Amino acid sequence: MGKKVQAIYLWWHKPVIDPELLQSLPNLKVIANSGVGMDHLDLKLVASFGVKMANAPCAVSSSTADAGMALLLASARRLVEGYHVAISSGSEYCEADLLGDEVTGVALGIIGMGSIGCKIALGAKAFEMTILYHNRTWRKEQEEQAVGATCCEKMDNLLQQADFVTAVVSLTLHTHKLIGKREMELMKPTATLINFSRGAVVDRGALVTALQIGIIRAAALDVTFPEPRPRDHMLLKLKNVIITPQLGTKTDKATYVVTEEAVENIRAALNDLPVPSEVLPS
Amino acid sequence: MWYHRPVVNEELLQSLPNLKIVASSGVGIDHLDLNLLSSYGVKVSNTPFVVSTDTADLGMALMLASSRRLVEGYQMAVSPDTEYFPADWLGAEVSGTTLGIVGMGTIGYKVAERAKAFEMKILYHNRNRRNQEEESAVGAIYCKKIDDLLQQSDFVLLSVNLTPQTHKLIGKRELELMKPTATLINTSRGLVVDQDALVEALQNKVIKAAALDVTYPEPLPRDHPLLKLKNVIITPHIGSATKKTRRLMMENMMESIQAGLTGLPIPNEVL
Repeated sequence: MGKKVQAIYLWWHKPVIDPELLQSLPNLKVIANSGVGMDHLDLKLVASFGVKMANAPCAVSSSTADAGMALLLASARRLVEGYHVAISSGSEYCEADLLGDEVTGVALGIIGMGSIGCKIALGAKAFEMTILYHNRTWRKEQEEQAVGATCCEKMDNLLQQADFVTAVVSLTLHTHKLIGKREMELMKPTATLINFSRGAVVDRGALVTALQIGIIRAAALDVTFPEPRPRDHMLLKLKNVIITPQLGTKTDKATYVVTEEAVENIRAALNDLPVPSEVLPS
Repeated sequence: MWYHRPVVNEELLQSLPNLKIVASSGVGIDHLDLNLLSSYGVKVSNTPFVVSTDTADLGMALMLASSRRLVEGYQMAVSPDTEYFPADWLGAEVSGTTLGIVGMGTIGYKVAERAKAFEMKILYHNRNRRNQEEESAVGAIYCKKIDDLLQQSDFVLLSVNLTPQTHKLIGKRELELMKPTATLINTSRGLVVDQDALVEALQNKVIKAAALDVTYPEPLPRDHPLLKLKNVIITPHIGSATKKTRRLMMENMMESIQAGLTGLPIPNEVL
């Protein structure tokens, strides 16, 4: 059976690609991933077996960006808390207590201005937000102007000015614990951190402390590490945290398009054609 | 006057012979009997424009939260019983869908401005058609008949004020015209919707979901069916509930009160 397998479509990081598996599939030509992040794969290992790898960069940007705005709005307006108040079995509630923060006209800082980051900027522009971004590379002037974004060469500047800090980077050695104690202390005490990257991009322990003592106001996390979290983790209990189970890619449309992209990549590889979204070990 | 309290009736007005002005927070004035107040020579003011942006923002928040099943997702993510996140648990995208705005006033228009960035097709129904410039700025298409809007929309957002004409504007008939995959969003007043018909429609999957910032009454009785439906998000009338806006509302009300007490023209007077 193993000899017949020429392609693997990785769904939610399964199967686990290790030397054992690769050895048992001598005719494997390509591994296509159902998503854009490739941090769960040992790229060098796979390449050493002569197997190509591909991700699905386009499919997820729109749905992740929308989910980003959904979380930003829900956090700012305390939507989840409001829901619980509205349906609670307690007899009375005091409306005047539940005040949120404005969204229109605030400063949004986007860390990682890839295709997802750019789409978030477009959505934010409609809310008249000031958009700051920090990226490995500068975006072209016309791209910046299209969304009215200002580049912050130093991430510190972005952290100090933003009311909402959104992390949309891929997980690499450089972005591991990119947002730690120091970065959170640079943020405004009224700021919200929104993480749409991998959980490991944010220092968990530092985040819990920061939220408990008011170094930042709130957090909204769409990915947690591990997924799902150990059930008793502090983050699950804090009122000023919204955690969602990878909403970014969980739509009918994204699921469909991601699979279409993967099939395209697989077809190309099996026909020895250039693979559209090939990922090479850096 | 905050949150429609105190209730302004004959009894109260008779006990306050020197009352000159009632300054009401927010834009809606359906809780006030304007004729009654006028007969006692009492002036009325509201805070119309300052609440529009926040209410539009909340409308968008409810629409996005509903389509992406945010509240359900949160409960799954924090529940002690969750062992894994099911692969077939999915929400729906907002991009590329059709938003039908019923009531294209200041708030409705701001919703359209925001929805445009999400590449939504925008239909609207209003007493009066907006001019061409306003329509093209947000790419909104006018539906003279509300039925056309209801039949085509994936999201129906209500941003009308409550009047005898809009009372139970959305009833059984209207809900049945909507797509079975559609979501109803209400940031107007609870009474604009026939609530019993809505419960039935949601239970029988006549429409997919609802997201309500307003109900009738507020709050709902604790055993009300709307509180138990999985496909409903309810928030406790927080359309204008941000620190900045509440402060601005208070400032507006103070201005109106001061003018009312000194006999000057009243800003935001309601006639």
